[in-house]
Amino acid sequence: MNNSVQTIPEMKAIHDNPSSHRGAQWFALLSHGFTKQNAIVPSVLVADGEYENRACRLIAVVPDLNNHFPRAVNGEVGLLEGMALAREVNAVVEADAHSETKRALVLIVDVPSQAYGRREETLGIHQALASAVSAYANARQNGHPIIALLVGRAMSGAYLAHGYQANRIIALSDEGVMVHAMGKAAAARVTQRTEAELDQLAAENPPMAYDLKSYASLGLIDNLLRVESATQPTPSDKHSVEQAITDALLDIQPKDTGISRRLSGEHRKASRQVRDLLKAQWTGA
Amino acid sequence: MNNTMTTKDSSFIEQSARQRVKNVLDEGTMRELISPFDRITSPWLAKQGIVSQFDDGVVIARGTINGEQTVVAAIEGSFQGGSLGEVSGAKIAGALELAVEENENGNPMSAVLILETGGVRLQEANLGLAAIAEIQSAIVALRRYRPVVALVTGPVGCFGGMSISAALCSYIIMTREGRLGLNGPLVIEQEAGIAEYNASDRPFIWSVIGGKQRFESGLVDSYISDSQSSAREAVEQYLNQGVPEIHRSEKYSDLLEAFLRLDTQDHIAPHDAQQVLLEGVASHE
Repeated sequence: MNNSVQTIPEMKAIHDNPSSHRGAQWFALLSHGFTKQNAIVPSVLVADGEYENRACRLIAVVPDLNNHFPRAVNGEVGLLEGMALAREVNAVVEADAHSETKRALVLIVDVPSQAYGRREETLGIHQALASAVSAYANARQNGHPIIALLVGRAMSGAYLAHGYQANRIIALSDEGVMVHAMGKAAAARVTQRTEAELDQLAAENPPMAYDLKSYASLGLIDNLLRVESATQPTPSDKHSVEQAITDALLDIQPKDTGISRRLSGEHRKASRQVRDLLKAQWTGA
Repeated sequence: MNNTMTTKDSSFIEQSARQRVKNVLDEGTMRELISPFDRITSPWLAKQGIVSQFDDGVVIARGTINGEQTVVAAIEGSFQGGSLGEVSGAKIAGALELAVEENENGNPMSAVLILETGGVRLQEANLGLAAIAEIQSAIVALRRYRPVVALVTGPVGCFGGMSISAALCSYIIMTREGRLGLNGPLVIEQEAGIAEYNASDRPFIWSVIGGKQRFESGLVDSYISDSQSSAREAVEQYLNQGVPEIHRSEKYSDLLEAFLRLDTQDHIAPHDAQQVLLEGVASHE
């Protein structure tokens, strides 16, 4: 998707070799000692284990060069991934339907984009991604704590399907971690600006920016976590991330099933104002 | 305005978002919330030298349909391509959140979404994407109580994150002119090449993502002609049906298996897609 990444050296490397291994790497690290499950497709990884006695399912979407759908080989969330995520999440919700304690879901997020292709549109990729969104939203609303751990790119429709329905969002403070609706080059074409102009605009418009600090000012990250290396995590990095996950799990109260806490961000004033006004006008004079 | 423009069977597609909302609500019951008189404009467009609009391209209204309390949200396709920014996104999310509260308090309230949208407004990128995640969460919460009906008539169609939102709805109504897909044709052409997806080949595009094909694939519930009366009647009909036993977003298990068996070496002809999609979904009922 992105020529956009050209200005960021490390992301340029990712662009040349579009498959990022961050997701698989962090999954391997964090699922150590967990029971690996065989998901229905190789691009979706699942492992079950515990953090501080809290049962938990780890889920990641990773590249699969032999993906059955050729336009989803680089870790994109495609038709199969959307439905496989739904399956793995709904299995947990069904299994815990009658138990008091709901299993936690920890999502490792490193998704370059949704899959772009003719097969995808023909078979209704929007519907497949909706299955994933539905599963995550439903799990959270039923009391399953969901934590998204951003270790790489969290782009557009792919992030909607894998991550954006979480109760808490933890992001590694690293220049390869990025949340956005569209890569910079494509965004420049669509908005009819040069990339330099976009950078200038982004400096004054945090929602347009590609850096994590601007993104954090929108109130959409709960924990911006420093690590020594996002690509070659040290034992202490592993420990920090596990601690952050545990802290988040302890922080999520049973009734804390919504995502309205995201509205408190510095640069979301209008989001709050609109809701206040809607509420004030809701019942009429 | 001459008489033919106001008769019941004039075009729905040609109507503005505000006229469309009025058209689907019971006569005399429309009460707009955060109307243009409130002048809540995008805080980000002005900073980028783009003319804003007093409703930010979204109309929200309460009223009744067949006497039942309903909130209607309509996106105006002629303003910024129907894109969602912070304000327009918050209007839809906030309205749906209040409808959820009504139901939680024992007051049944349904929702109708009239969608003409390219998805996220790139000038407000990350706040548009965040708002779409919030809209999706609210749809999943609301559809447990009362139906959420999506109407995609064109001329813009429904793309990006909002196509996923439509796919979460209880029912989707389309016209022949409507299009529903995750990625806009131009974006796919840019990302995947013209051999993959020729955006300027209109018959091809409609054969893949047009209303007729989507209906014949079972990806939408209703295929209507472009008239104000048929739009209204279809909305009434689906609200009357109540909450479906299984939402479309939950019917993925057999589809997933079917997609894995599919020959994906070549492209999948629209007619073949219909067969796969219909069989995959039908086995649930």
